[in-house]
Amino acid sequence: MEIAIVDYGVGNLFSLACSARAVGAEARVASDPEEIKSADLLILPGVGAFEDAAGKLAASGMARAVKEHAAAGKPLLGICLGMQLLFEKSFEYGEHAGLGLVPGAVRPLSFAAEKGLKIPHMGWNSLEIKQKSPLFKYVKNGDFVYFVHSYHAECPPEYVTAVSDYGGEVTACVRRENVFGCQFHPEKSGGTGLGILRAFCEFEV
Amino acid sequence: MLTKRIIPCLDVRNGRVVKGINFEGVTDVDSPVALAKKYGDSGADELVFYDITASAEGRALFTDVLAEVASQVFIPLTVGGGINGLDDFDRVLKRGADKVSVNSGAIKDPSLVPAAARKYGDQCVVLSVDVKRVGGEFRVFAKGGRVDTGMEAISWIKRCVENGAGEVVVNSIDTDGVKRGFDLEMLSAVCGAVNVPVVASGGAGTAEHFTQVFKAVPGVDAALAASVFHYGEIAIPDLKAELKQNGINVRI
Repeated sequence: MEIAIVDYGVGNLFSLACSARAVGAEARVASDPEEIKSADLLILPGVGAFEDAAGKLAASGMARAVKEHAAAGKPLLGICLGMQLLFEKSFEYGEHAGLGLVPGAVRPLSFAAEKGLKIPHMGWNSLEIKQKSPLFKYVKNGDFVYFVHSYHAECPPEYVTAVSDYGGEVTACVRRENVFGCQFHPEKSGGTGLGILRAFCEFEV
Repeated sequence: MLTKRIIPCLDVRNGRVVKGINFEGVTDVDSPVALAKKYGDSGADELVFYDITASAEGRALFTDVLAEVASQVFIPLTVGGGINGLDDFDRVLKRGADKVSVNSGAIKDPSLVPAAARKYGDQCVVLSVDVKRVGGEFRVFAKGGRVDTGMEAISWIKRCVENGAGEVVVNSIDTDGVKRGFDLEMLSAVCGAVNVPVVASGGAGTAEHFTQVFKAVPGVDAALAASVFHYGEIAIPDLKAELKQNGINVRI
């Protein structure tokens, strides 16, 4: 199985590629629209700021290629900022358009901040599974995953497959058909994270 | 619920793990890759790698060792030692680091923290501070804990957090290596001053010391130790079981 990891200059792809290889996938980096088009499985990673990331994806023509990949029914997994980019818009420092592949918007973790919790939400938190997802083939309710983020997606419950508790429900996993998102980092979440990546590799449309 | 993190710290020199007692008297312990894998498998929540020679002798970080670890261990990796500029951030982030710890580099050039936070995000920038009591105040020490900078520690930490440091590792020189427990007073002072994750370092000798720091200073998010793990004095699965039994939320 071959996985293409979208490289748009924001974030370290080294660990992600290593973890994909650890679950038996052939990982390669896709840094232009053509390299995305030839991929079966696509991972959209990302750290940093939403506006900058969305801008780089659009300017390189890769935003369109990612949308075409999803529209063709091929599996797509957004991780952390990459998951947030799947939504219609984000309110991180202003209002910015996302890829619009999953309905919803990205907003600050204000419920956590209001309770005096530290922002970013950083560390290992447990997953509360809300509905079945092919990604949870090797995951059980209560398993721990590693988060680092200050914003999260607010979207209709039908797309939310798992949440975590941090002063309220943090959207941890979403799914809309062949499009998946993880707010946490599966590539940094030990055996649980590798299980999620393995399940993504095994997902058949 | 977010868990408290247990972080083994691997001081690396010449491709091997070492641990200094009060930053002196270094002895070889094990291979970093083997040790990192062992810790990852036994439930460590994160690993910290310091190139301990870098700040003293300006040696380059052992990025090959880091890459080897990152290809085998899938938990967060923080790298420090000899981080003096954005080039150093870039060098380690490309080889598997998730967070980069700055210490002497931030003291030499206070614009490093804000510049790195702008480029890589606050979550990537960890401020590591070596602190010692001098004349009734907490004082920042540089160069691996050898040089008194004259700066008051709490105001230095606050300033760096305001400038974008997303996490603070507090190394108490006063308690480091003596195994009588973490520096609760120093940690309370830091936790009262900032609202980013705080990592306790220096002084762990027994599992009770970990329970004690999490209970006594609720603002402490993680506890870091080296020798007690390297020499097998505390096994991480036993430590986590004990923490859980004492009502501390940990990942098991």
